Amino acid sequence: MNFGQSFRLALKSLTASKMRSLLTMLGIIIGVAAVILILALGNGVQGMVNQQVDKLGINLVQTYVWGRGDGTTMNLEPQAMYDLVEEHPDVLSGVSPYVSLTATLRHGDDKYDKTKLYGVSQVFYNAARGTTLNMDTLAQGRFLSYLDVARRQNVCVIGAYLAQDAFGGDALGRQLSINGSSYTVIGVLAQNGENMEKGGANDQIYLPYENALELAGSRFVGVYLFTSTSGDTAAPAKEIIDGMLLDFYQDPDAFYTQTMAEQANLINAMMGAAMAVLVAIAAISLLVGGIGIMNIMLVSVTERTREIGIRKSLGAKRRDIRRQFVIEAGTTSAIGGLLGIGLGCLLASAVGSLIGASLSAQMGGASFSATPTLISVAISFGVSVGIGVLFGYLPANKAAKLNPIDALRYD
Amino acid sequence: MEHLIELRDVYKIYPMGEETVRALDGVSLSIDSGEFVAIVGSSGSGKSTAMNIIGCLDVPTSGSYLLGGVDVSTMGDDQQAEIRNKMLGFIFQQYNLIPKLNVLENVELPLLYAGVPSEARRRRALDALERVGLAEKRRHLPSQLSGGQQQRVSIARALAGTPSVILADEPTGALDSRTGREVLSFLKKLNREGDTVVLITHDNSIAVKADRIIRLQDGKVVYDGDAHDPRAVVSPGEEEQEGQA
Ligand SMILES: Nc1ncnc2c1ncn2[C@@H]1O[C@H](COP(=O)(O)OP(=O)(O)OP(=O)(O)O)[C@@H](O)[C@H]1O
Ligand SMILES: [Mg+2]
Repeated sequence: MNFGQSFRLALKSLTASKMRSLLTMLGIIIGVAAVILILALGNGVQGMVNQQVDKLGINLVQTYVWGRGDGTTMNLEPQAMYDLVEEHPDVLSGVSPYVSLTATLRHGDDKYDKTKLYGVSQVFYNAARGTTLNMDTLAQGRFLSYLDVARRQNVCVIGAYLAQDAFGGDALGRQLSINGSSYTVIGVLAQNGENMEKGGANDQIYLPYENALELAGSRFVGVYLFTSTSGDTAAPAKEIIDGMLLDFYQDPDAFYTQTMAEQANLINAMMGAAMAVLVAIAAISLLVGGIGIMNIMLVSVTERTREIGIRKSLGAKRRDIRRQFVIEAGTTSAIGGLLGIGLGCLLASAVGSLIGASLSAQMGGASFSATPTLISVAISFGVSVGIGVLFGYLPANKAAKLNPIDALRYD
Repeated sequence: MEHLIELRDVYKIYPMGEETVRALDGVSLSIDSGEFVAIVGSSGSGKSTAMNIIGCLDVPTSGSYLLGGVDVSTMGDDQQAEIRNKMLGFIFQQYNLIPKLNVLENVELPLLYAGVPSEARRRRALDALERVGLAEKRRHLPSQLSGGQQQRVSIARALAGTPSVILADEPTGALDSRTGREVLSFLKKLNREGDTVVLITHDNSIAVKADRIIRLQDGKVVYDGDAHDPRAVVSPGEEEQEGQA
C-alpha cells in the first residue's frame, strides 16, 4: 500500500473533523511545546552563564589563602606565586595578588567612603585581551605596569564613577588622597552597566597590591588570581597550586583553589540536571498525548470497520491495513508535533522577552536569548512522530487482524 | 478438464447457542472459465455464504475449494488476500465504495494493493472507468453519484484488477429495475468478452439472463443446469415464494 495515499487519507480525516483532531493532538502539542520552551529557556540561561564565564575567562583560577589561622603562621610571599608561574609556563600564564580593602578616599573636600579598593599586580590586566580579570576595559590611560607594582608607586586606576563625580571626566594625571597618601590617576575604566551610584559597580579603584597591603595594615595577601594557559589546563594548574600550598602549610584547610572551568562545569551540570527533570515532566504530557492518539485510533478503527473490510476484499494484506493506520497515527502526532513546536517557539520568545531583561540585568549585562536549538526541534518532532507510530500500532494491528467478512458486514 | 472453480462437499456450519446452522450443507459444484452462472435461492438458503467462500472471504468448515486447481480453503489470511486481489472481482449489493476516496481512487484500490506503479495504476483505472462510461466522473466522490453510477464504479473497480472471476452478490438489489437491467446487461457484455461471472440473486427474472442456474435450498444444491429449463426457475415446494418474484 502506498505511503502517499495513506498520508493524504490521514490529512483528509484530520481536516474533516478539526475539533476532534485538535483535541486528539492536544497532549502532543502541549508536551512538545513544553519541551521546546524548557530547552529554549535552559539554553538561554546556559548561554548567559557561558558568556559570563567567557568574560571572566575560562582560564581563571582563584586561590584563597588564609593560613593556619593561629596568627603564628609564616606568610607566603607573593614571590612564591610568581616563581610558581615561572616554573610551570605550560599550565600557568600569570598571577596577580588580589587585595580588597576599604579606605577613606578624598578629593579636595569630597569624601568617598564607599569606593571599593583592590590591590593587584600588572597581571590583573590582560593587555592582549584588553580587559582586567574582572572584565573591565580601559577608557583612558593605562593599567598598572610592572614598575608601578615593583616600585610601589602611588598610582591608581579608577572607575567611571569617580572619574565622573570627582574629576568631571578629566581624571588622568590628577591626584586623589587615599588614607592621607596622594595617588596619581593613570587610567580610567570604561563604564560597565547602568549603575553609576556611589558604591556601585563603577565605583572602584585599582592600585599596586603592596600599597594596598600597607593601606590595609597587613602583610598578607588573601586572594590570588591565576590564569592558566587555557581552560583545559585549569585543572592541572589547580593541582600545582594546591600542591605547592600544601607543601608550604602542611594543612589542606589553609587554602582553597577554585577554577572557573570547574564552576562553569558545575553550573552546566546543575542546569542540565534541572532541565532533564523538567523535560521528563513534560514528557509525561507526551505520553498522555500518545494515549489520546491510541484512543482516537481505536475509535477510528471501529468507525471504519467497513472500509477495512472493503480494502481487504480488494486484496489488502494485514500489513497494508496496519501501515495505513500507523501512518495515520504518525501523521496525526507529527502535525501535533509541528503545532507544538510552533507554540513552543512562540512561548519561548514571549517568555524570553519578558524575563530576558531582568535576567540580563542580574547577570551583569550578559544577553539572554531563549531560542530553541535546531536539534531540540528536530528531536521533538522525531519523538512526536515516534509516539504516534508507537501508540498507533496497537489499533492498527487490531484493524489488520479483522476478518474480512465480519468487517464487510459491519455497520 | 480442470475447472476454474470447484467446491467439493463444502459445509459451513455456524454454532447458534446449543443448535448449529448449516448455512452450506454439503455443496459440490464446479464452474468453468467463461461461464455466466446465477446462484439463486430463497432468503437464508446460503447464497451469500457460498459466494463468500468462492470469493475467499471466508473458509469452509469442512470440504475443499479449488480455485484454478489450487486448494485455497486452507490458506491463511494474507494468501487469501492475494488470491482476492489477483483473481477475484467483487460487486456488492451496497456498492461498498470508500466514501472518502474519489471515483478514480476507489477504482485504483485493487491495483494499489497489487503494487502497480502509480502511472500504470491511473491508466488502468481510467480504462476501467471508460468501460463503464464514467471516466468523466473520476474526480467525484461516491456520494455525488446516483446508485446506478456507484454500482458502475464498483464494477469498474472489480474490472480494474483484471480478475479471472467476477462475483456479484445481488448487484441489482438496491437499484430500480431499469438501472438494474443496465447493470445486468453490462455483466452480460463482460461475459461475452470472456469474463467468468457468478451472479447471486433471488430475482428469477434476472437469473434467467444467465446461461446456467444453481439453485440452493437450505444449504443444498437443488438444481444445477440450463437457465432455460423450467425446473431452474421453479423448483418443487418453492412455488409460492418464488412465483411472486
Ligand atoms: N455469521 C453467521 N453466524 C450465524 N449464522 C449465519 C451467519 N452468516 C449466515 N448465517 C446463516 O446462514 C444461513 C445462510 O445465510 P446466507 O447469508 O448465506 O443467506 P442468503 O442466501 O444469502 O440469504 P439472502 O437472500 O437473504 O441474502 C442463514 O440461515 C443465516 O442465518
Ligand atoms: Mg445474501
